[in-house]
Parts: sequence; structure tokens; C-alpha cells
Amino acid sequence: METIEVIRLGVYGASILLILIGLYAVLTKKSLIKIIIGLSIIDGGIHLLLIGIGYIKDGTAPIFSPGLEGAASRMVDPVPQALVLTAIVIGFGVTAVALSLIIRLYRHHNTLKIDEIKNLKW
Amino acid sequence: MKKTIVIFILAAFGYFLAITFLAPEFESNRNRNGVKNVYLDKTVSELKTANTVTAIVVNFRGFDTLGEVTVLFLAATALGSILFKKRHHIGERTVMLPASSIVGSGAKLIFPAIILLGAYVFIHGHLTPGGGFQGGTIIATGFLLMLISYRDFSISHNILSVIESLAGILFVVFGLLGFMNGGTFLQNFMGTGVLNDLFSGGVIPIIYILVGFKVAAELTGLIYTILHEKG
Repeated sequence: METIEVIRLGVYGASILLILIGLYAVLTKKSLIKIIIGLSIIDGGIHLLLIGIGYIKDGTAPIFSPGLEGAASRMVDPVPQALVLTAIVIGFGVTAVALSLIIRLYRHHNTLKIDEIKNLKW
Repeated sequence: MKKTIVIFILAAFGYFLAITFLAPEFESNRNRNGVKNVYLDKTVSELKTANTVTAIVVNFRGFDTLGEVTVLFLAATALGSILFKKRHHIGERTVMLPASSIVGSGAKLIFPAIILLGAYVFIHGHLTPGGGFQGGTIIATGFLLMLISYRDFSISHNILSVIESLAGILFVVFGLLGFMNGGTFLQNFMGTGVLNDLFSGGVIPIIYILVGFKVAAELTGLIYTILHEKG
């Protein structure tokens, strides 16, 4: 197998694995902090997947540094990178708001376990 | 029992993700000549910006970035309003442990260097990897370091709000100036200069510096609000 194939399988496999690990944490963990950590791990996996889709063989960074002005054909796709920049910021905002809600819940119920907070059940 | 069910569901989900992305056809069928080449060509020939990602974020999809900055502002506002209850005792913190003198001296030593690095990253956002969001985050980590090292280190919330609002308003003003001079919102209306010069790219470095100030002020305010949360 070529090196590029190994790298490709590694990056896609790792990102899929990250998404699955995050989903597992979100679905099974009882602590609210661990659920937020799981959401962040899903975020990281999706970012890695998007960046990996934009890669091309022997690609360079999409930056026209001195000496690389003519290398546009070798550059990786810059669009997923810009999208991931946006996604990181949105993910940060989601995490911040979720953590503040958790702080409020903890102050109100004195616990972080979701099965001890009766108000969350329906 | 529940965990077994979850593992089976996740295995099925992972299998479908894997056969989608790990199949050899996924690589060969991917369209490599889409919008990418247009962006790369226009970045060099029209905008004279070295970093294509910056050109996309600030110029081609600049309106998107305005929305993104708004979402960040909204997150800061929501966090402030959720944690607002009983925040009378500014100055004392509940989630703080006293820092040792080694941490204190080291933080004082490294704090100006962190601010300088952040400013460098967002000023050179159109030439090197980095930009307003990254540089603003670096500056906010410097303030985080000072806040966890010194119990009495305080930042004026009013100054942070003024910086944040001013940067946001100037972003929109530069967008509207492009509207008046060029025809579309956030159009590049200044001279673009020479590729790889510091003063190149027209409005792109100016807008990214504004984004850097806004992100730094917002993240510092977020950290400050959480550290001063009173139960």
C-alpha cells in the first residue's frame, strides 16, 4: 500500500473513531461535564474529517509564500479550512454556553449527575 | 445493557461512515476542480493576499464571518445573562485557588510576550498561518494566565465592552464603505499593493485586526465572567 493511502485511511479512520468516541460519551455518561467533553470530541472529529477531505496528494498549505507563487496546482483545498475555522468558533460558543448552563444547574441542584436531577426527566 | 445497545448502534453508524469515507471511489470521484481554483487564482491576481484561507474568510465569505462574530457575541451575551444572578461581589472569586509565587512571577514575565505573539499573529494574518480569531484567542490566554495567577488582577468590563462594540461597528462600517465604493458589501476598495508585503491586500488586514480585537475582548470577558461567578 502506498504511503498516501495509509495516511488517508489513518486520518479518516481517526476522525471517524473520534466521532464515535464522542457519541459514546454523550450517550452513556451520567456526568454533565463528561457529556460536554463528548460534544467537544465530536467537534474535533468532524473538523479533522473536513480538513482530511480537502487534502490532495503532495499538497502544500494554501499560502503563497515567497518562492511558492506558482504552486497553486499543488495547494490543498482552502475552502474546508475556512469552514473549519468557522466551525471551531461556533463550537467554542456552544461549549461556553453549555458550561454556563451547567454551572447554573450545579448551583441549583448541587449535583452534576443527570439521573439525580429529577427536573430533567420527562 | 444500555451500553451494549449503544455500542451496537455506534458500530452500525461507524460502519456506514467508514464505507463512505474509506472507499477508494471516494477519493477518485471527488471533484478537484471546483471552486478551489477560482479562489486560488483570485487571491493572487486580484486581492494580492498570500494566505488563501484569510482571503476566503474575510473577503469571499466576509459576510459569513460577520455572522460568525455575531454568534460569538451572542454566546458571550448569553453566558453573561445566564450567570448574571448575584454578581455583586466583584473582586472575590469562588473557583479560585491561590497560585504559588513561581506561577505568579512566571506569569508576569511571560504575559507581555503572549500579548506580543497574539498581536503578531493577527497583524500578519494575511501573510502567514493565523489571523484575527487565532491571535485574539492567544491574547485571551494571556489574560487567563494573569487571572489565575493573581487573585486581585481585574479588568474593567466597560473597557472590554467598548473595545468589542467599537471593533464590531468598524467591521460593519468597512463593509458599508465597500458597498459605497465598489458595489457589494465588504468589497475591497483600497489599493492591494504587492503580494507578500505587510501593507497588501486592501481591507483584509484591517478587518482581520478588528476581528482580533473583538475576539480578544470577547474571550477575556467570557473568562472573567466565569471566574467571577457567584453561586
